Amino acid sequence: MMVLVFYVTIFVVSMLVWGRIKRHRNRHDFTSLKTVTFGDESAIQPDRVASVISVLSVFLIWGAFTGSSIVPLHVPGPFSGEAGFTYTARAPDGAEAEAEVRITVHAAGETAVEPQVPQGSGFAQGDSAVVQEWRSVLLRPVENDGEGAVVVAVNGQPIAIDDRVNVTGGTVTLTPRGSLNFQAAKGMQMEPIWLPAPEAVVARFVEIATNGYQNTSLWGHLGASLARVMAGFVLGSIVGIPLGYAMGLSGWFRGWFDPIVEFMRPVPPLALIPLVIIWFGIWETGKVVLLFLAALWIMTIAARSGVSGVKLSKIHAAYSLGASKAQILRHVIIPNSLPDIFTGARVAMGVCWGTVVAAELVAAQKGAGMMIIAASKFQLTDIVVMGIILIGIIGYGIDILMRMAEKKLVPWKGRG
Amino acid sequence: MSGLIIDNISMRFDLPGGAAVQALKNVSLHLKQGELLSVLGPSGCGKTTLLNILAGFLAPTEGQIVLGGKRVTGPSPERGMVFQQGALFEWMNVRQNIDFGPRMKGMAKPERDRITDHLLETVGLHDFGEKAVYELSGGMQQRVALARCLANDPDVILMDEPLGALDALTREKMQGLVLKLWKETGKTVVLITHSVEEALLLGERLLVMAPRPGRIFREYKLPFAERGVHTDLREVKKSDGFSETREEILSMIWGMEEEIMGKKDSAA
Repeated sequence: MMVLVFYVTIFVVSMLVWGRIKRHRNRHDFTSLKTVTFGDESAIQPDRVASVISVLSVFLIWGAFTGSSIVPLHVPGPFSGEAGFTYTARAPDGAEAEAEVRITVHAAGETAVEPQVPQGSGFAQGDSAVVQEWRSVLLRPVENDGEGAVVVAVNGQPIAIDDRVNVTGGTVTLTPRGSLNFQAAKGMQMEPIWLPAPEAVVARFVEIATNGYQNTSLWGHLGASLARVMAGFVLGSIVGIPLGYAMGLSGWFRGWFDPIVEFMRPVPPLALIPLVIIWFGIWETGKVVLLFLAALWIMTIAARSGVSGVKLSKIHAAYSLGASKAQILRHVIIPNSLPDIFTGARVAMGVCWGTVVAAELVAAQKGAGMMIIAASKFQLTDIVVMGIILIGIIGYGIDILMRMAEKKLVPWKGRG
Repeated sequence: MSGLIIDNISMRFDLPGGAAVQALKNVSLHLKQGELLSVLGPSGCGKTTLLNILAGFLAPTEGQIVLGGKRVTGPSPERGMVFQQGALFEWMNVRQNIDFGPRMKGMAKPERDRITDHLLETVGLHDFGEKAVYELSGGMQQRVALARCLANDPDVILMDEPLGALDALTREKMQGLVLKLWKETGKTVVLITHSVEEALLLGERLLVMAPRPGRIFREYKLPFAERGVHTDLREVKKSDGFSETREEILSMIWGMEEEIMGKKDSAA
């Protein structure tokens, strides 16, 4: 909730501020003269400043809520230091006495010395404890106060079972068994086990990039995933593209394969994982088969629509220029279908990348997905976050490469 | 026997609903080598069907097409086609588009280049050989389409509204080019158009077709194409008989259109 409020605030404030600044800068291009921009798609250019602020604010909020050292502002962190409270114990005979409990709250990974036990008054004896940030500790202060003593008040406030009292550095709750549960104040930051600070993720990245993870280097993990994607995609294309051409060129092929393709297309590849594992096992074969199936239908449909999309007048022109069927396939149908095939390839690569990560979550010895699922089992959230970021970057990188290849190889796309 | 003979063509096919369409009925015509024919008519009169039959893309249900003594059974390079637009291969540059036909025939490169260079010159695109076709304007693209068709040296050139998508000024220029090419090459040309003016300018002979069933309604022999070879086309339009013939044909076609509308209204 807090995060959302923060995010919306940054969004609105930066929009207003940047809007103010922009108004004072003179622009003389054509778009600046347009009076109607609402609804004019061509007048809407992505504001790169917004993109930069958007990325920065993600890191800002991430850092602010994890106590990161790269961000100057933080939301209040967990309590650390000396906490304590007094309690009032009542003996069975009705006599009451007060004693103090001192608790040292220390950061994770540090060790702390137990504070000195303070002297109580009357029969009550003081107590002490050590607890890590964010954690709670169960205290039985009346244990050493004589037989049958019970806690009746904390810091002077009367307390009943399950009541909570705010004390220095945290809260105290009386449990049904009569002991006191001290919970160190959590503040508003995230525990590293939920979300580590950005620099922790970077540090982990450097560490894994140099030392590897679970006997495989980082590049070994990522390379394994990429190799599976490439194998599945290439196999899917080798089968799918000719199949798509056949479906585009022959009524029998189209009739035969239409039900199969139309049935298999909406089945998410992830739903096939169990069957693929049963049939092909959990190792490489199974994964490549799964990715092959993920790419196959997409490439088939792309090739088919590429063939169907060829203008009849182009085919007629080629025939009346004396081309044979084979020449028309080679010089007209295939080049004409390339833009569609590229679009399909981009989709297929995206789907394959997503599928390989998911497949590796199920079972793998190496791979990007295996890395994050293995780390999550040890609650190594920093590796999980690092893995997710790397998966995102690679997926994005693949798409950019495909788009660049498309521009280079099919410059006529959309200009027929 | 040379020339293009359209021998009593009829075309009838069934619609999915069970009804049948008589697209063409008893169309006959004899075109001599080197004649320029334009075909005009309201939409649905079967003129595109007729052209597709001439090209060999469709088979008539009755009658036959004979070119140079041989019966037409399918598409062939001796009958070149020029389409309205978008029939160029945009993955090839201008030069590759033009020499597509010779290349498919397996002609040697030097000879192909000679033909292409000559044609680029003829259609006024000598500096554009290496350009991508999608970089050209609509008029230039149609010049490429004409050159591509001529590169194959066909006996007959079939044009399906080749200038239909061009703006008025470019269109007029291109009409001049079509006339020039017709005269220079001596090809038989069949041109389909929606524009009465274009049909008058680009037709030694002009067919007006009528719909339901598609048939030849009236045939003209016109002097304007011959005049246009030597004079400016705008002068031709001002010349004797041009506007009278245009009005006559226009009212003829208007009449047909109204008849169609009337039929539709009574059907509804």
